[in-house]
Amino acid sequence: MTRSIPAVDYLVLGEDPHLVASECRQCSALYFDRRNACAMCSTTDFASRRLSNEGVVRGYTIVQRGAKSGPFTSAVVELTGGGVVKANLIGVADPAAIHPETKVRLTTFDVGTDDDGVVAVAFGYEPIGA
Amino acid sequence: MGESVWIIGTSMTKFGRFADLDLLDLASTAALDALVDSGQDMADVGLLALGNVYEANSHNGQRLLKQIGQTGIPVYNVVNACATGATAVRVAMMGIKSGECDIAMAVGVEKMGKMGMLGGAAKKADQKKVFSPKGRYGAVVKTEGLLGTGLMPGVFAQAGTEYALANGITAEQFAKVAVKNHMHSTLNPLAQYQKSFSLEEVLAAEVISYPNTLPMCCPTGDGAAAVILVSDAKLKTLDPDVRRRAVKVSASVMTSDPWTPSGQVQPDVNTLTRMAADQAYEAAGIGPEDLDLVELHDCFATAELIHYDNLRLCDPGGAGDFIDSGAPTRDGALPVNVSGGLLSKGHPIGATGIANLYEVVTHLRGEAGDRQVDGAKVGLTHVIGLASACAVHVLEAPAA
Repeated sequence: MTRSIPAVDYLVLGEDPHLVASECRQCSALYFDRRNACAMCSTTDFASRRLSNEGVVRGYTIVQRGAKSGPFTSAVVELTGGGVVKANLIGVADPAAIHPETKVRLTTFDVGTDDDGVVAVAFGYEPIGA
Repeated sequence: MGESVWIIGTSMTKFGRFADLDLLDLASTAALDALVDSGQDMADVGLLALGNVYEANSHNGQRLLKQIGQTGIPVYNVVNACATGATAVRVAMMGIKSGECDIAMAVGVEKMGKMGMLGGAAKKADQKKVFSPKGRYGAVVKTEGLLGTGLMPGVFAQAGTEYALANGITAEQFAKVAVKNHMHSTLNPLAQYQKSFSLEEVLAAEVISYPNTLPMCCPTGDGAAAVILVSDAKLKTLDPDVRRRAVKVSASVMTSDPWTPSGQVQPDVNTLTRMAADQAYEAAGIGPEDLDLVELHDCFATAELIHYDNLRLCDPGGAGDFIDSGAPTRDGALPVNVSGGLLSKGHPIGATGIANLYEVVTHLRGEAGDRQVDGAKVGLTHVIGLASACAVHVLEAPAA
């Protein structure tokens, strides 16, 4: 059986891949990285919270220069129920396809295998109903 | 705010790529030219603040004094991303306002050469590849390009499209910013480029990070700029010719980025700029309607457009109409980046936040030659460096 590992630790793999964030117990601010204290309210008490797999595109760009594996579309996605995340928009290469309130859903894809045969898995977003 | 601080001398080198000049050549030229412009000598200067990013661990302030005068004064070497030059100015101002000195020099300098807008080359990978989580995100691979982009062209493109999706801005409207600034630089002999582009040329150029094409991205380059600052009390003792050309710093504000929900994944370049602008207008006792010219941080064309709104130069959401109206062109209602801006004048990072003061001071003195904004009395400068740091200065011409 192929072993896999999330490309970043805020991605949870398995049958139902999803994102988790650290949530400040005082002000509910969300963080994907390890924090010493909350950037909003400075308290140090965090809990883990599962985030929605759906959201809307708030900003995007199509990167051409410096894109080692060919052009890709990067998007800032505001998740339903809280959290803003940046990831690739899969299957979208035309800016005309992105409108205000474009709805997207989380998907995962393999990004490489290490010398022990472990597959790294990243996440992106696909338009819903496209 | 305490007593006023004035600019009595300023200079900038031409921006460009100068293989035969080192960092100290550029800094010395700017510093000595600013001293001559101020009518003062190195012996009169009580403090030096030196801004530089890429060689920041070399104590360049002290190295500069070894070229222009080791007078024993306190030296502060500062770094603050693209706001580094403005930070040096703020340090010099704080030295005066605290009473530590009455004349201070701020110098910003950078040598970037042809490092490319995406930074240096990647390091060679290790031999055996074993995925193991590293850093605060527990990343097992480099995430650039896999989890979106965090490089500068992409960050400012996404900031622009966020504004575009919310306010109906078109790619053509972003491109018009580059057309304007490249046109402006044809009148600025100190600009890195002095070449006009048509709207069609800008739109048809290589896409770097949509919607920004190549002429919509600032170049890397070398250059330096300097200002000589003086206290209100000291100014009164100086020669009438110095006083006549002195420009008042009516506001000098610096902010960092406050927490916002999206800031951890996409730097929020708006909130700290709005905070700095509002504080600067309050401190100067003016509003955006009182401005005669603005030099703002157009690292990318998308950035300039959203900063029209952030600096309150247009109606909320109205940055597209603002560029369409021609208002920010040199002969428009509120000229923006008549120097050519970062897009065409260039962006040697450490120098940028002082070069914009040079530009506005030169107009307020009526000494800007072919590109002079007629009758300019009040100007605003803005820089933003990601991390993030934002500085806004308001400058006023002396009463005639």
